[in-house]
Amino acid sequence: MGGGHASFRDGATVDHAANGFDPHTIARDFDWGTTRRLASGRVLREWELYAVNKEIEVAPGVKFAAWTYNGRIPGPTLRAREGDRLRISFANASTHPHTIHFHGIHPAEMDGVPGVGAGEIAPGGRTVYEFDALPAGLHLYHCHVRPLAEHIAKGLYGALIIDPADGREDADELVMVMNGFDTNFDRANEFYAANTIGFAYMDKPIVARKDQLVRVYLVNVLEYDLVNSFHLHGNLFHYFPTGTGTQPSELTDTVMLCQGQRGILEWRFPHPGRYMFHAHQSEFTELGWQGFFEVVG
Amino acid sequence: MEAGGATSDELRAERAGGLPAWLLGLLPLLLIAAAIGAFVALGAPGLGERRGPPAEELAVERTVLRPGTIALTVRNDGPDAVRIAQAQVNDAFVQFSGVEQPIGHLQSETVHLQQPWVEGEAYEVALITSAGGTITHAIPVAVETPATGLSFFGLMALLGIYVGVIPVALGMLWLPWIRRIPPGWMRAVMALTVGLLAFLAVDATLEGLELAGEGAQAFGGATLVLIGAAASYLLLTGVSAWLAQRREAARAAGASGVNLALLVAVGIGLHNLGEGIAIGSAYSIGALALGAFLVVGFAIHNTTEGLAIVAPVAHLRPSLGRLALLGLIAGGPAVLGAWIGAAAFNPSLAAFLFGFGAGAIVQVIVQLAPSLRDGAGRTLHPTSVAGLLSGLALMFTTGLLVSV
Repeated sequence: MGGGHASFRDGATVDHAANGFDPHTIARDFDWGTTRRLASGRVLREWELYAVNKEIEVAPGVKFAAWTYNGRIPGPTLRAREGDRLRISFANASTHPHTIHFHGIHPAEMDGVPGVGAGEIAPGGRTVYEFDALPAGLHLYHCHVRPLAEHIAKGLYGALIIDPADGREDADELVMVMNGFDTNFDRANEFYAANTIGFAYMDKPIVARKDQLVRVYLVNVLEYDLVNSFHLHGNLFHYFPTGTGTQPSELTDTVMLCQGQRGILEWRFPHPGRYMFHAHQSEFTELGWQGFFEVVG
Repeated sequence: MEAGGATSDELRAERAGGLPAWLLGLLPLLLIAAAIGAFVALGAPGLGERRGPPAEELAVERTVLRPGTIALTVRNDGPDAVRIAQAQVNDAFVQFSGVEQPIGHLQSETVHLQQPWVEGEAYEVALITSAGGTITHAIPVAVETPATGLSFFGLMALLGIYVGVIPVALGMLWLPWIRRIPPGWMRAVMALTVGLLAFLAVDATLEGLELAGEGAQAFGGATLVLIGAAASYLLLTGVSAWLAQRREAARAAGASGVNLALLVAVGIGLHNLGEGIAIGSAYSIGALALGAFLVVGFAIHNTTEGLAIVAPVAHLRPSLGRLALLGLIAGGPAVLGAWIGAAAFNPSLAAFLFGFGAGAIVQVIVQLAPSLRDGAGRTLHPTSVAGLLSGLALMFTTGLLVSV
């Protein structure tokens, strides 16, 4: 591999089929749920989420006993329109109590924290989280059972996108949940990635079109490290923190996010070719969190 | 109280139903083998699967740095097989070769990591197992491991001669002096010798225990040092008893002193083997500043060992050849040790050899002890106590000149 790009041993990758998910699919997989119109004329959007223990191959040959929503990490990227009524049926099919705590605006009893509303959902238990899709922007959800760090680090998180009522400009959209895995339980990560599998977008770049608008929904859920970041090569992007505003806060090529922070990135590639993107903490980069865009004419 | 006047032998034969003794000895072994075979064949009935995840334990036994690569020789000292899936150096994934298959219990494998390491910098290697565990190994200061060519062995030999052979030979030059001193003084010299040796025994034991901690614990760890000490003590005791027997048969007057000198030489030789290993391994990892100071320090430190060899033969007239042989036995192993330490260092083996050296020295002390007795038969009289303390002090202070 001398001189080649960074990779796991011998450029190998994990068995995505055995994992049941592929970072390339996850990046463009937006789950709009099932909808029906309520008598009031509003859209009711429904999802079934379940927590389940699952062994994931986080790097070639390295198995990790993960906790997942719907058997994948990150969990499904839930997508709705501002003002929809959201109903998420949650079943706990794992061996530990879990919840789903959504970021956004909702009543206290729908907050998915222990001791409030349905509180912790015991193994075998179920509950329904129901609230309005507010505000428009990029949010996230994760388990909120103690010990928090463990419940998050093991994989119980996902993105929640609420589109503005009047929508966004058409774009090639991608979701990237920046995460890591502490496989030896020393409260420090051995593996870093966007969408779970390190180097996945190095071994096989994300294909983008020249001059087309690219929109990345970027969420940081990384446990144990204080911050994470996203850096794009050869281009600058407009950054919309939390995706709640219409005016970008900055035209930049690097943003820094603490855990739970998220934002929307928009740009167009004026030149074809391969452009790296990665955390601008070299350690995270070297430990898996890096990828390529392959821009085609 | 045997009944009926039968002898106990007759009774024993009767109870065994006339079976030959060899069969009686063999029968339990066969039964045990059959039971173990059945137990394994049935898959350990009633015990089920192991509880908990596999225990992954690897000990790094040897580190070799060559330009662009770091090679770690690891040994599995845990009960379960360990599969190395990925490797990191200083928090970055690296490419590596070797360890394609899981490493079984007590098996050893070498991992060759591709790393453009820089001399003088520190590195931490993390081998990641298939279960996500990490085996970390620190390289405090990266220095290229010397290639083991002819010139390298020559250098190690020279080092061994400088720190082992020459100082011992110089120390033996005290022979004419100790021949002329009165018996009281002689006892003091012998006590000094015992003091020197006692220091070496403690020193070797502690160093051995330290090394034992680094090696694969499945080989016994600290037990290796004690086994080594017991083995050499018993071996030397056996040899000295055998020599004493021969001496009596031959009625060779005065051979006792020669035998004693030989034993002291062997004991010191085994100690110097350990010292050579320490020097050689320190050299190979770049932790040894070669130079005049080191050699001078060891020379002063080890010169006293020459005195210990000649003290028992002071009243004899050993030939020059015999003295040279004694010196070689005591000092020569430093050369061998330096080779082993630099080219094939293994902490478990080194720990055993340090223990071996310590046991030999203790045996020599036991042999020398009678020569401390004064006219009243006391061993710890003021003169000998002064000699012992001087010996300890001498070793301690000259030891400050060298640190390996």
